[in-house]
Amino acid sequence: MEPTTPSQTVGPYLHIGLPWPDGPYALREGAPGGVWLRGTVTDGAGAPVPDALIETWQADPEGRFDHPDDPRGAVRRDGFRGFGRCPTDDEGRWAVYTLKPGPVPGPAGSAASAGPSGPSGRPVLQAPHIDVSVFARGMLHRTVTRVYFPDEEEANGRDPVLSSIAAPQERATLVASATEDGYRFDIRLQGEGETVFFDI
Amino acid sequence: MGQETAAGRDASAEADAPQGRDASAVWGYRRDPGVHPPLDYPGYRSTALRHPQRPLKVLPHLLTEVTGPLLGEDRIGPLDHDLTRGHDGEPQGQRITVQGRVLDADGRPVPHTLVEIWQANAGGRYRHKGDNWPCPLDPNFTGVGRTVTDAEGRYSFTTVRPGAYPWKNHDNAWRPAHIHFSLFGRAFTQRLVTQMYFPGDPLFFQDPMWNSIPDPQARERLVARYDHALTQPEWALAYTWDIVLRGRESTVFEHELALEDDD
Repeated sequence: MEPTTPSQTVGPYLHIGLPWPDGPYALREGAPGGVWLRGTVTDGAGAPVPDALIETWQADPEGRFDHPDDPRGAVRRDGFRGFGRCPTDDEGRWAVYTLKPGPVPGPAGSAASAGPSGPSGRPVLQAPHIDVSVFARGMLHRTVTRVYFPDEEEANGRDPVLSSIAAPQERATLVASATEDGYRFDIRLQGEGETVFFDI
Repeated sequence: MGQETAAGRDASAEADAPQGRDASAVWGYRRDPGVHPPLDYPGYRSTALRHPQRPLKVLPHLLTEVTGPLLGEDRIGPLDHDLTRGHDGEPQGQRITVQGRVLDADGRPVPHTLVEIWQANAGGRYRHKGDNWPCPLDPNFTGVGRTVTDAEGRYSFTTVRPGAYPWKNHDNAWRPAHIHFSLFGRAFTQRLVTQMYFPGDPLFFQDPMWNSIPDPQARERLVARYDHALTQPEWALAYTWDIVLRGRESTVFEHELALEDDD
């Protein structure tokens, strides 16, 4: 087994190498049916983080991925990349234009599916969600979080990842709020209202 | 007759992928504790307000985590692997090539995957509004490159050796010369952003980025090797650096076992 390569920070000059002109468009610019997922990244003093980069990865509205490692097979949807990338601006703001994902199969027969809504042996569905990576100066390693949706209360209640978080106020940090053109998901790196981050 | 993958890509890496099983029967990626720097590292002052204070929650590797964007040729232009071209003239500095392989922890090449780099110029200055230390910009150097690995996971860049540069983290602080690397692998879980260093750099001892990696042997894995066999006579010095991303879990999940009745 080969030992893995350690992570290092993106540093303050990440804007040279990482942003793409079409990065924020997980769904092609101008394509119908899209929503804007917007947010602000703030630090432990509540100050905006102007040198961060957000990346998103998600299923399509049918819960499918354009990826051969999905045992159901890869499904490509025209104009949809499933991946968004956006640096924060001077006010710490970022935005990704995308499609709201559908529910995605979760683990079957695991402890998480042992509840009344998880018939044994069948996969329990995960609520619609978007995986998020946060990179920034001052972070030696990315952090990972998940966006859930406010209009999916029932599915959220059954989601094996979300329901594994005991404290309601912590769960709440992972649920976006509805806006005029989509959803808002703020990321607080530290302190009061700190976003739940995952060890992936 | 082999079955085509729906996406028509990278069928070679599928040989051992579970086929036709229940959608929940996915494998994960082995975690690599102790390899990466902590998020809270006082020696790097900017971590102070930017690290989570609550413990991280464990995220199981489900479908969103074992898939990821497969970004390839459509992300790059024909000259993107050569940072010395695309300007009116050649940049100042020592011309070098940096090449190697992208592998996973099982030694398996990661083919057709996007590799992105960015760096300072030969004097140690970044073309960035936030970098204004007294070292000139080079009109013939931007410092950004992209390429895609070949079928064996190989990549190659031509560039100039970046300079060291000062910063304000501690007294008389200097970053060792480095090139930033961004890698995707095949899964969200494998995503890695890191920095490549040069052998024998005298600045390692005082660099908090370097020292933040807990295992001294792991630090050495960020250092490229001078490669005389690949050095091109009267043209460019060669540095070889392999990058190892996380490997697949070798054991199946408990929840998968319950579903397997055909193998």
